[in-house]
Amino acid sequence: MRRLLLNLGPALMAAVITALVVTPIFGLQLQRVGGQMSLEPDWSYVLWAALIVFVVQLLKPALKDATKGFSLPSLPRLSPGVRNALMFATLLMAVSWPFFAGRNAVDIATLAMIYVMLGLGLNIVVGFAGLLDLGFVGFYAVGAYTYALLFHWAGWSFWEALPLAGAVAAMFGFVLGFPVLRLRGDYLAIVTLGFGEIIRLLLINLNNWTGGPDGISGIPKPTVMGYEMTRNPSVEGGTTFHQLMGWEFSSIHMVIFLYLMALMLAMVTLWISNRLIRMPIGRAWEALREDEIACRSLGLSPMRIKLSAFTLGAMFAGFGGAFFAARQGIVNPESFTFIESALILAIVVLGGMGSQLGVIVAAILITVLPELAREFSEYRMLIFGLVMILMMVWRPQGLFPVTRPQAQVPQKSGT
Amino acid sequence: MNDFLPQLLQQLFNGLSLGAIYALIAIGYTMVYGIIGMINFAHGDIYMIGAYVGLVTLSAVGIQGAVPIWMVIGLMLIVAVVLTGIYGFAVEQVAYKPVRNSPRLVALISAIGMSIFLQNWVALGQGARDMAVPSLLPGAFQFEMGNGFEVFIPYTRILIIAVAVVLMVLLTIYIKHSRMGRASRACSQDMHMASLLGINTNRVISFTFILGAMLAAVGGVLIALAVGKLNPFIGFIAGIKAFTAAVLGGIGSIPGAMLGGVILGVAETLAAAYISSEYKDIVAFSLLVLILLFRPTGLLGKPEVEKV
Repeated sequence: MRRLLLNLGPALMAAVITALVVTPIFGLQLQRVGGQMSLEPDWSYVLWAALIVFVVQLLKPALKDATKGFSLPSLPRLSPGVRNALMFATLLMAVSWPFFAGRNAVDIATLAMIYVMLGLGLNIVVGFAGLLDLGFVGFYAVGAYTYALLFHWAGWSFWEALPLAGAVAAMFGFVLGFPVLRLRGDYLAIVTLGFGEIIRLLLINLNNWTGGPDGISGIPKPTVMGYEMTRNPSVEGGTTFHQLMGWEFSSIHMVIFLYLMALMLAMVTLWISNRLIRMPIGRAWEALREDEIACRSLGLSPMRIKLSAFTLGAMFAGFGGAFFAARQGIVNPESFTFIESALILAIVVLGGMGSQLGVIVAAILITVLPELAREFSEYRMLIFGLVMILMMVWRPQGLFPVTRPQAQVPQKSGT
Repeated sequence: MNDFLPQLLQQLFNGLSLGAIYALIAIGYTMVYGIIGMINFAHGDIYMIGAYVGLVTLSAVGIQGAVPIWMVIGLMLIVAVVLTGIYGFAVEQVAYKPVRNSPRLVALISAIGMSIFLQNWVALGQGARDMAVPSLLPGAFQFEMGNGFEVFIPYTRILIIAVAVVLMVLLTIYIKHSRMGRASRACSQDMHMASLLGINTNRVISFTFILGAMLAAVGGVLIALAVGKLNPFIGFIAGIKAFTAAVLGGIGSIPGAMLGGVILGVAETLAAAYISSEYKDIVAFSLLVLILLFRPTGLLGKPEVEKV
């Protein structure tokens, strides 16, 4: 009780500050009546906010005591056999469920898989190598536009353009990374942000080449082994996929096919990054993240190591971009704003930097939750921002922090 | 070719007033960086909030009333400065103080989260659309330069430059001679040592955030009056540009921020006038990238040595 009274002053202070902060934005809402601005007071927001903050601040020490011994349960350690069986079962389920699900659900799942892929790509750069890249969406844009432009100007198909989209994005990563990677952490973040914005602004302004703000539309969907998945073949005398299989045409086939492809791309990304982290280069990324000076004194070349992470991350973004362009059928610079970069970063941060399972779960959560709670869609970005802050304050290691195999030398007693 | 000189004069003036705004915001970046070494990513959004508070005040007072215009503007500035200062304080307490001893990237991500939060906070409260700001100071000085070309200097732009210059002089004096100013300079040299000598470093850090937010609020109110509209997302680009200005001048240095702001404003306006207005943002971003690559210490900054 005494402790509560001691806390009364600070809690009151916090409540007053909250009231002052909420008042000009929610308490006095600007209304335009004709050509005139007027204010519509709504004090209930202010009162509620102040009250909530007051109570929380007042009970903070008590809450702290109550949650002292509490920590999120970590994942149980599984034997390799059980783990593999579990992974196989999950994969089997991921492949088979769309055949029984609705069209919308599959569509959202496809989007989720794109974000899984982007998250895993960024995870290489941010999570493994510890390079904060705020312009990741720039490489995503490069991949998307590579396919869109190749189709538009040269008539390339998706499968022909896909490898090139990855390669061009990787090249961008290499060329842009080369000069900037010697910068220190937060400067690097700002420079990559600058690059991302420059790429977007160029896409808007190179009007006669990229279609400007309207972008490029009419991009065809991928084909299955060269057979189109459309009602009628685009070329006279061609065979479409449903004719080949002798099925009735249904547009859901395309949706399911796109989902499976996204799943495959995400799995390939997962597999490759999973291998990479166990290779010497992956070890070097992590070592560099932990201590650059120690790495340099051990003879590792920081530049080369960072550049490889940056380039690989960009490559996965490029693949994701090409697939995104094919799925949407239209690309325009609007899809590649900074917010998108922040979203992908939020996925990596939320999942736990460097944790692949975490990134996958976070990507699915971030795409699926807003769809489930549509009435809250206005609050989506507000909550993202808040979650990013709270994660950094309470659990900077993410939902599923990485645990690495380690052995400790037992301490001799008495020394 | 004949109207080259007056046009240049016109553009220089426009650039100067834009640069004054950048400088006001850049001071907040540079002071925070100088003291705790973090990029306050949400600072641009603080500037946006300052502009909104100004508009709310203006709507509360009304323009038709008997209150003279200069008093209305003064009131807008005062209310915006006070409330935005509180915002600066609250932001620091909520998002930065708990992560002060974490790695730099943790603080930066928290700041990005705060930036997204503030944008959507205002978008929810006041609507995401453009808000029109009634013009309080219409009209401009016009003078003819020889062959019929008129140089056009709006009163609002003059106000921007005048207020910015006065504030910067006051700030320089304050930092140089006041107790708090001395304490903050000591903290930016060596935080640990300063705390050992009895300086309340928490107070100094809060003070830095509040002061930065106040200056940004002045910039926000003035630009809202000059441009005549605002939306919750103006802070992002303005923040990046002001950060560019801070880096250009040498981050951590207050005179550097002022200089950098003016150079960036003029460069951007000249680029818009003589190259193409669509490329003005690209010019600013390219400048940012180039400075960080070739002279990360900026014009007036001191090199930072990494110690093991």
